[in-house]
Amino acid sequence: MTYDVVVVGAGVVGSLTARELTRYKLKVCLLESEADVAMGASRANSAIVHGGYDPVPGTLKAKLNVEGTVMMEGLCKELDVGYRKNGSMVVAFSDEQLEHVKMLKERGEKNGVKGLSVISGDEARKLEPQLSDTIVGALLCTSSGIVCPYNLAVAAAGNAMDNGADLKLNFRVTGISDDGDKYVVTSEKGEKVEARYIVNAAGLGSDAVAALLGDDKWHLTAKKGEYMLLDKADGKMVDRTIFQTPTKAGKGILVTPTVDGNLLTGPTSEKTEKGDKSTTLEGLDKIKSTAVLSVPKVDFRDVITSFSGLRASCDETDDFVIEQSEKSKRAVHAVGIDSPGLSASPAIAVYIVELLKKAGVKLERNEKFNPNRVSCSHFRHLSNEEKNEWIKKEPAYGRIICRCENVTEGEILAALRQNPKATTLDAVKRRTRAGMGRCQAGFCTPFTTGLIAQELGIEETKVTKFGEGSELLIGERK
Amino acid sequence: MKIGETKELICINCPMGCNLTATMTESGLKVTGNTCPRGEKYANEELTHPTRTLTTTLRVNNREGKYVPVKTNGPISKEKLFEAMKVLSEVTVSAPVKTGDVVFASLFGEADVIATGTVD
Amino acid sequence: MLKRDIVIVGGGPAGCAAAVAAFDAGTKDILVIERDESLGGILKQCIHNGFGLHRFGEELTGPEYADRYKNMVIERGIDYMVKTMVLSIEYGHDNTKIVTAMNSENGVFAIEAKAVILCMGCRERSRGQLNIPGDRPAGVYTAGTAQRFINIKGEMPGKNVVILGSGDIGLIMARRMTLEGANVKVVCELMPYSGGLNRNIVQCLNDFNIPLKLSHTIAKIHGKNRVEGVTIAKVDERLRVIPEESEYVECDTILLSCGLIPENELTKGAGISLDNVTKGAVVNQDRETEKDGVYACGNVLHVHDLVDYVSEESDIAGKAAAKYVQNGCRNADRIKTITVEKQGAVRYTVPQRIDVSENQEDVKVYFRVGAVLKDVSLVVRNGDQELMRIKKRKVAPGEMETVKIKGNMLIDSDRISISVE
Repeated sequence: MTYDVVVVGAGVVGSLTARELTRYKLKVCLLESEADVAMGASRANSAIVHGGYDPVPGTLKAKLNVEGTVMMEGLCKELDVGYRKNGSMVVAFSDEQLEHVKMLKERGEKNGVKGLSVISGDEARKLEPQLSDTIVGALLCTSSGIVCPYNLAVAAAGNAMDNGADLKLNFRVTGISDDGDKYVVTSEKGEKVEARYIVNAAGLGSDAVAALLGDDKWHLTAKKGEYMLLDKADGKMVDRTIFQTPTKAGKGILVTPTVDGNLLTGPTSEKTEKGDKSTTLEGLDKIKSTAVLSVPKVDFRDVITSFSGLRASCDETDDFVIEQSEKSKRAVHAVGIDSPGLSASPAIAVYIVELLKKAGVKLERNEKFNPNRVSCSHFRHLSNEEKNEWIKKEPAYGRIICRCENVTEGEILAALRQNPKATTLDAVKRRTRAGMGRCQAGFCTPFTTGLIAQELGIEETKVTKFGEGSELLIGERK
Repeated sequence: MKIGETKELICINCPMGCNLTATMTESGLKVTGNTCPRGEKYANEELTHPTRTLTTTLRVNNREGKYVPVKTNGPISKEKLFEAMKVLSEVTVSAPVKTGDVVFASLFGEADVIATGTVD
Repeated sequence: MLKRDIVIVGGGPAGCAAAVAAFDAGTKDILVIERDESLGGILKQCIHNGFGLHRFGEELTGPEYADRYKNMVIERGIDYMVKTMVLSIEYGHDNTKIVTAMNSENGVFAIEAKAVILCMGCRERSRGQLNIPGDRPAGVYTAGTAQRFINIKGEMPGKNVVILGSGDIGLIMARRMTLEGANVKVVCELMPYSGGLNRNIVQCLNDFNIPLKLSHTIAKIHGKNRVEGVTIAKVDERLRVIPEESEYVECDTILLSCGLIPENELTKGAGISLDNVTKGAVVNQDRETEKDGVYACGNVLHVHDLVDYVSEESDIAGKAAAKYVQNGCRNADRIKTITVEKQGAVRYTVPQRIDVSENQEDVKVYFRVGAVLKDVSLVVRNGDQELMRIKKRKVAPGEMETVKIKGNMLIDSDRISISVE
């Protein structure tokens, strides 16, 4: 079969693009090198829907950030993804920083950001009582929000699949040939997929995928950001996302609630190798010492986990590169999608589809397109009466597997059965939150691995944490 | 042990874990530091023929994926622990099995292996 | 709505013992709610022996100890529900407590109780809480998770093992994995002393020549997919890694046995304040929290070294809850409340307060110390006045200490302090 469009990379950008394409009568295939969607930058980031005052006016980043942020709320409603318009502050510790904050407001207004104002330190503390006394003023933004980034990708890919798209996991693209009419995309393992058009949304690998199409002018550098996540007991420390004013020393460390009610602090920013997901003593120390400058009471004894994520920083430009390929006209690249890529992703997807149209893709409305998806973890948001109806139909919803996050067997089974089907422990965790709580999967792992093995029809010793090579068990006892 | 030789031991009979000092004298082993008579017995045995209770689990052959916990109902020679594990790795039991059931009689002639849990 | 005199949250050793004690004290309308498939709690996976010496005068394995209590519950016909999770505890009219729970059969449902006993147990400290830097591969488990995989599911989590923390579960798992054919390379302990019992060092490590490195930690985890090794390093007095004194150890598995934390999310949700050190509720000698008729016992209150002491404590809570119900949900007339102050090396005490009545009985105070100390005295004072002095050859953070304070002393006291000198 020849697909109309193949999308390389199932992060937020690739998945939302695939979904956007299923609005039309197109055969779409999403290719992902890892064992699950959202395994790159979409997996671990600040989870912020930025207002749009950071990017320089006139850039693609400015345009797509502002547009994406406006789209995000409705999109998350359709896709049943955690989102909250909690607003944000950029806090200044000196008059010099306050000048920068004022500049950000002007920049934001030029970009078309709504709801910006510069407030005094006291006004800031009135809104956020836990803010430091040393803050002299802040940029308040009411249009920004927080979102669950990996579930945005999961839901987008799942909704695309529900609308007819295919997803191929563990498909690492290593070759692309073109006979002028169709591409043949080859994976590391030798599988082949044919398509007339290609979207390159391969995140940190997008420079390499572009090079396979003859466009070798971009070079991406992995920038690692480390984070520390705190217990839900601390989730109400602040209501808004608290940024520090960027200085020559760096962008500062943010403190924010997450949509799931935890408190998140980070990120650091260090150049590293692609594939490095490690955390470091220095990084964690830096987060601890810097976060407390804006919110002194952040209690790092309540950290439940630390992690790091990689951003794809383009050596050649600070802006997003989203354009039709120069060398291979039926391909569209999305290269160097670093911050504010998540915020911009809904708009990026629409922008890519427009570029595909220019490249010749016929966009004929798919009347059957259903924009809505119900998350496998929807159960937790129900009233008790509704919960009881669900339990009556599926008793597994009455049985709690993850006691820290109150995740039921029903939700885990749904995650294993619903598009895009979870096949690893981490994939179940991201979709349901089983193992994301304070015990960090200590209690539920043996139960969840059992359910995965049962649903996939495999031996429990074959169950992995996040794909081949990350097997959880080495075999049965002798 | 030679006469006059001294060894420091920690008694494992109970959670107190008394620090014992055992000294060989002409009239036999002299033990100090124990808070009960079992400490003296332990030191004597530990220095001549150390023993341990073994606990493990056995596969229940007629219950998919089920294991039953077991123990030796008395101590066995310490040096035979690995051998015992090897012997027991070949042993399966059939449900129903109740706490106290002998599931393997006379391990090395030293103790029986009994179930410490129930599988209906 | 279902109504019960006493609802017990958790059917492990604490919950079962509390139920039995309350029943035997004459309040028989009890419901035990357990989240697992059967009563017994975590003991079911603790297949090793060493339980029950105090309680039953014989050495039992975990499953045997659990079975005895389970049988006592069943013999008395005490009602219990399994596979049921308590979601919240709130307060109704007339001093009642509303316990909301969920299971497959009944969905979400509420029970009105006169008294509630919290017996939720504890959880293990995870890698995330320990902030161990490095890669994030598969193969990092808490000792208890590994224990469940091996003992309940018959599956081996790994072959070459490094254990961080010398807590008892870690020591027990070192032996268990060794007997199952794994190679346990080293146990690292951050502190200059072991967190586990002496006997476990002997029979779990020394017996198998497994080295215990005190004042050592895992400085970094290596391995992109599965654990490939760890950097272990010595730490200084401030417990900071000394980079010059580190070495790489190849392994495919890391077990963590770095302490237990009471699971008090329900407690907090019920508006009950916790002790900063124990991470359990603040209680009086009856193990009653600051809310009338809400009790806590076992590892949810403070982490015990021996299950025998869990049972002992649960007896107290069970009896007190029964009496509370029988007294028409009123507390016995108290004449005053004394706060138990901890001094010197004493890290915490349970109870933290003593409600003194006119016919005050003796009160046993449990406590733990913060350092290994030799040839010391445990001293109880009323203000400056020394009430008791007990000599001890050795005290250690891994072991619980007790002092029994006479009822008449309490009646005559205003401030009680406990210290180690």
